[in-house]
Amino acid sequence: MHRYIVKRLLLAVPTLVGAAALVFVLMRLIPGDVCVIRLGSGGAHVDPASVEACRQKLGLNDPLIVQFLDFLWSYMRFDFGTSMWSGQPVIHEIGVRLPVSLQIALMATVIAILIAIPLGTVSALKENTWLDHVVRMVAIAGIATPSFWLGIMSLVLVLDVTYLTTGRPWMPPINYVPPWQDPIHNLSMVLLPAITVGYRYSAVTMRMTRSAMLEVMREDYIRTARSKGLVEQIIINRHALKNALLPVVTLIGIEFAFLIGGLVVTEQVFNLNGIGRLFVQAVQNQDNVLTQALVMLVVVVFVVTNLVVDLLYAWLDPRIRFS
Amino acid sequence: MYLRTGLWALGLGVAAAMAAGPSWAESPKRGGILTYMIPADAPPSFDGHRETTYATVHTAAPFYSVLIRVPPNNPASTTDFVCDLCTEMPKPTDGGKTYTFRIRPDVKFHDGSKLTAQDVADSWNRIVFPPQGTTSARVTYYAMVDKIEAPDDATVVFRLKYATTAFLPALADPFAWIYKKEILAKDPHWYEKNIMGSGPFKFVSYQVGQSIKGERNPDYYHKGQPYLDGIVGIFAAKQSVRVDAIRSDRAAMEFRGVPPSARDELVKEAGKDIVVQDSDWNCGNIVSFNHRKKPFDDVRVRRALQLAVDQWKGAPALSKIAIVRSVGGIVFPGSPLAATKEELQQIAGYWPDIEKSRAEAKRLLKEAGAGGLKFELVNRNVDQPYKFVGTWLIGEWKKIGVSAEQKVVPTGPWFQAMRSGNFDVVVDANCQSVVNPVLDTGKYLPQKVYPESYGGYDDPKSVELYNKMQYETDPKAQRAAMRAYEKHTLDTMAHAIVTPYWYRIVPQRSYVKGWKISPSHYLNQDLANVWLDK
Repeated sequence: MHRYIVKRLLLAVPTLVGAAALVFVLMRLIPGDVCVIRLGSGGAHVDPASVEACRQKLGLNDPLIVQFLDFLWSYMRFDFGTSMWSGQPVIHEIGVRLPVSLQIALMATVIAILIAIPLGTVSALKENTWLDHVVRMVAIAGIATPSFWLGIMSLVLVLDVTYLTTGRPWMPPINYVPPWQDPIHNLSMVLLPAITVGYRYSAVTMRMTRSAMLEVMREDYIRTARSKGLVEQIIINRHALKNALLPVVTLIGIEFAFLIGGLVVTEQVFNLNGIGRLFVQAVQNQDNVLTQALVMLVVVVFVVTNLVVDLLYAWLDPRIRFS
Repeated sequence: MYLRTGLWALGLGVAAAMAAGPSWAESPKRGGILTYMIPADAPPSFDGHRETTYATVHTAAPFYSVLIRVPPNNPASTTDFVCDLCTEMPKPTDGGKTYTFRIRPDVKFHDGSKLTAQDVADSWNRIVFPPQGTTSARVTYYAMVDKIEAPDDATVVFRLKYATTAFLPALADPFAWIYKKEILAKDPHWYEKNIMGSGPFKFVSYQVGQSIKGERNPDYYHKGQPYLDGIVGIFAAKQSVRVDAIRSDRAAMEFRGVPPSARDELVKEAGKDIVVQDSDWNCGNIVSFNHRKKPFDDVRVRRALQLAVDQWKGAPALSKIAIVRSVGGIVFPGSPLAATKEELQQIAGYWPDIEKSRAEAKRLLKEAGAGGLKFELVNRNVDQPYKFVGTWLIGEWKKIGVSAEQKVVPTGPWFQAMRSGNFDVVVDANCQSVVNPVLDTGKYLPQKVYPESYGGYDDPKSVELYNKMQYETDPKAQRAAMRAYEKHTLDTMAHAIVTPYWYRIVPQRSYVKGWKISPSHYLNQDLANVWLDK
């Protein structure tokens, strides 16, 4: 097992280098110049000498290969550079936002699992009954509804309901406080976005759970278990569900990794200062250093999540062995 | 009869006193924290000298002092300026070329050190003559300044190359914060990432993309102020978040401005808990034609496009959905140098008879061989009011058979298109802080004189008319010179179309008192005179 983990981690290195090369090239293909945007975005006169000095300072005048090797060498030393836009260390820029995104992603994942697995299983077990139809409707609605729209609607609903019931509209706090500082403030802020994101997430997972369960329930070994006279509850819990969860776990892993950097609109709707918003700002500002760091962060999250998912496979299905 | 007249007079007197804002009813209360929204993700830096965005002003202005400013209790005035750090407004000497300011002796920086004239002169030298490696965004405002000196710790002298009415308004620039000389000497970039001033509030904390906090400066030199114990600015780029925050009282207000729909929503829902201040805004969209491209090098075509637009009917209609309202020429409508309605109606594009105007437009297009003209209108990817204005213009041009397609691009490429001349026609903007018509109208000069003019034309006559107006110090003669420059710009040469000026609408919780709206979202943001009636 340990050897397998080490091997997987080593295999991640070419993935990271490939991703680094790709994002490095792509960022330089985008027309524009961070210095021109930075110095003249408000319409101020852009003095060519200042632009030149800025480019020099940021190393943008160096040959591309030098810039790329610098970039790789810095990352090998865990030096992620400073934002070309704000001048702050990238690690600080990301460090401020990561807890918000991580918390939302974790909470949304928990919500999704709590909703999706029981409902998806029930839906499969009660195939083509009214219960199955209701669950499928809920799931399809969740897939079809954009999270940001749901976010806006949930905010409006909260405001209107509190206004009608108390006469004073209430909305969740709009400035983030870490859970260890003020858990109530923190929960009031992140619960609604987590539910909003979690609902869509659960819808996708619910569909996957249902179809995987339906497939497994038609397998020969389930028929054998039934013919042995095993209790249905044991068949479902021990034999069917664990096997059906394999694709579900993969899906949960992919969705979780996506949530770290992909909640752009939801973060805007709820005024969450997360990685998604930072991503958009970094690209808009042509802040190559920050964009590269963010892409690498997401790549790392995907690599780690995939590793965790693979390890979970072994637990769920003893037939899978790591060698 | 006499009694009735007397009662009328008494009634009128009471009404007038109440309208003037009775001090007995509105004496400021001490204490409380003002939470306000900042419509941005984060300021690019804290350095006011370097930045041009309101995000920097709304974030950091409460921590700084300036030399002079618009009157905090009457910031709508376009001609009055008062001291902040100086003791009294100076009378210019040397034929209007020397201004000597005496600096208050009781000002301390937040680190406890004394603020002197050396700090003021050093900060101003950095703004006007930025040292190599530093950026000053408004250096072009101060072309008239020759030297800035501090002969002693209490005196700052500005020596000008020529006398001009543009100097004092330029000096009241809200970004011109006074920094500590010693810090600048050690690191000229220190103020980009740090805050340390002498303003009404002391910096407490900043969470990037989240909030900025300040606490009352007990040593503030305007005695009794600030009234608040502290301030919290919360960053939120999305308008719906800001409006919901005000609605639910998570925040008391925002200072930039909201569209009419948001105002109506807030007023409808919160009733008397919300009050609204509004004002003409010293910002406007102007349509620039690319003279380097045919057929826009032909004045007849530009004039035709100017004549097609019905400003007088369009402005009130647009004002219902967008943040625009007043029809104006090249000068902000509230300024003494602005054209009256009658004067405007003499200029192409402002004629009172739109049918006559459009008939002339069609004739000009035909004469220029540009019938059925089609072009691309480059616009900024900002709803209010850019896209509304762009869509309105396209509708107006259609009425003379011109077909324009709107190409909406993000801010960076929008600037890029204008700077590189890669456009046919563009919806540009001219957004200023202090109303300073002499400087504000520089936007209509050729690019070789004014780099942020993007039409790509050369026009020596325009420069001549502008200079005549710029160097004129007699108000009447200057006004006449401004009319000549305006007529030449908008009518004779039709270099640009000035669309209706923006209109600033600021809703606030009714318990917020003391803050007065100004014609710019950059002005009056130190919050020293704000108090909470809770």
